[in-house]
Amino acid sequence: MLKIAVLYPELLGTYGDGGNGLVLAERARRRGVEASLELVAMRDELPAADVYLLGGGEDGPQRLASDLLAHNGFVDRVTDGSYVVAVCAGLQILGRTFCVDGNDEYQGLGLVDVVTRRGEVRSVGELCVRVGEQLLVGFENHGGRTVLGEGVAPLGRVLRGRANDGEVDGYRTDRIWASYAHGPALAMNPWFADEILGTVLGQELDPLGTAADLLYARRRQILTAGLAG
Amino acid sequence: MGTRLTARENLAVGALRSVNWVSRVTGRGAGTVAGGRVGLRISPNLLAVLTRDRTVIVVSGTNGKTTTTALCVAGWGGDVTTNATGANMPAGHVAALAGSHSTHVVLEVDEAWLPDVLDAVTPKVVILLNLSRDQLDRANEVRQMSERWRSSLASPGADPVVIANANDPLVVYAALDADQVRWCDVPTNWTLDAQSCPRCTRPLEHSPSGWSCTCGLATPEDVTTSLNGELTVAGEHAALSLSIPGEYNRGNAAMAATALREVGVLLSESIPRMQSVTGVAGRYTVRSWQGRQMRLLLAKNPAGFDALLSTVAPEPIDVWVAINANIADGRDPAWLYDVAFEALKGHVVWCLGERRLDLATRLDYAGVEYRIVEDLASLPATTQPVELLANYTAFQEWMARSAPC
Repeated sequence: MLKIAVLYPELLGTYGDGGNGLVLAERARRRGVEASLELVAMRDELPAADVYLLGGGEDGPQRLASDLLAHNGFVDRVTDGSYVVAVCAGLQILGRTFCVDGNDEYQGLGLVDVVTRRGEVRSVGELCVRVGEQLLVGFENHGGRTVLGEGVAPLGRVLRGRANDGEVDGYRTDRIWASYAHGPALAMNPWFADEILGTVLGQELDPLGTAADLLYARRRQILTAGLAG
Repeated sequence: MGTRLTARENLAVGALRSVNWVSRVTGRGAGTVAGGRVGLRISPNLLAVLTRDRTVIVVSGTNGKTTTTALCVAGWGGDVTTNATGANMPAGHVAALAGSHSTHVVLEVDEAWLPDVLDAVTPKVVILLNLSRDQLDRANEVRQMSERWRSSLASPGADPVVIANANDPLVVYAALDADQVRWCDVPTNWTLDAQSCPRCTRPLEHSPSGWSCTCGLATPEDVTTSLNGELTVAGEHAALSLSIPGEYNRGNAAMAATALREVGVLLSESIPRMQSVTGVAGRYTVRSWQGRQMRLLLAKNPAGFDALLSTVAPEPIDVWVAINANIADGRDPAWLYDVAFEALKGHVVWCLGERRLDLATRLDYAGVEYRIVEDLASLPATTQPVELLANYTAFQEWMARSAPC
């Protein structure tokens, strides 16, 4: 049984981020893998899970989510081997510090050597990122400027949009995928959903061939139009 | 209009009317916003000038603005000045005000513009319907909107009667420091944006009797208006029967009736008049397109869509859904994952609009049967009316494409 837990969708679910959990569960089931999808609310105890998902949120809720995660055993779960998919505010929370209410610095979980400051302008718009041989397409909407520590690998290189700093997007560690592509990024990028799923399950996955593939092809075509290379 | 205008203001009103006339006769626009912009450029305080000595009701919120405005206009009765659909920013307001002399005014106001409009206009009544996520690529954060409303309504000098939805924590917080508030207990299903306290961010407790936070913010108890089978406003009772569908529209009518009582209209007068509202700018009405009959339903955001899904007939009829992501829609259709499309299981959903593939993917993961419509000619002939749910610009496209029955 693959256990997927979406953490605090009421705090970190501003942009339909809960969709990512649904996508992982459905894509597992369609390959005959039993999967459970749990939405963990603020008052719930943190359940054991193979993969946790963190979404985007506004300043106040982001601060609250960070506090909850610092005291509910989440860090131990991740150190013990759970995987994490984090977008937007979730990406910032896993780092050392982030900014709320203007430029107030707030303590993150420190799972990754990453610092997020307030960007000069808000980053709102289409996002396209080269991740290895693949392209990640999506939409970003955040006010952060994220700086990766020495030795922290980005998830990919930005072709369109701003993401961390206009150069790179998110970060990738053994157990964490983090991106500024918010909302249902896994719905729009079936290859990315399968890369995560394949890693968590420890197996190679064949493509499914669903509407998501048509969507990905269309968005990829639109977002790469006019881009060199 | 009893108001004396200065020469400059007169010039502004004249210019506004000419531009709108040109816009209408040349067919370039509906003739509402362009002239308003010109008028405001000549005389920036035109909105204040044109509402002086008039009794104004202002309607704002994420969902239900246009319908509630229409219900207020109908319920008031007689000659009422109101802005045209979609023209809910100051340019649209001044255009409407310059085009009519009635002293009774109902203005629909875009949420983000409410503080500016309250600054310029001294309304008698302000209706705050609800606040939820909508076009986040433009408005960013809904909690900030609530905070902006609050500081605007708390500022001294502005003392309208605020008609506020008691079941929406973001609205309650916004109205908290206003001088005079009439709380309304009306159906409010969408609470996803109000799980953490608007004041202190701690988790809100939700129970059948309401919501509360440890900081003390809670569902107001002293409600003026309630809707339990019949409508009660400040002790006056009335049976509420409307010509438009949906539980949420009963709530809109209740708040409209509460506002009208503040300008001296009793329920016994306003409620019967509201029945004349059968459709609002094409919404809810049955239209025809290429031999098919369709009921056009507009939803612009997850809360609106969720409410609409509850009105789709349970029979296994075909449902057409059209989704665009133009600027007016919000360019990011991520919100599709906040809508419980699972409710459409058992129907076949035909996916239309520029973002039909995003919709199809969403439906695929929801386990709902879908067809992607690459060419409108491939839409099936139907004998029974189709339900067509569309977001903003997709709705406008289908309004233009179809004709009244």
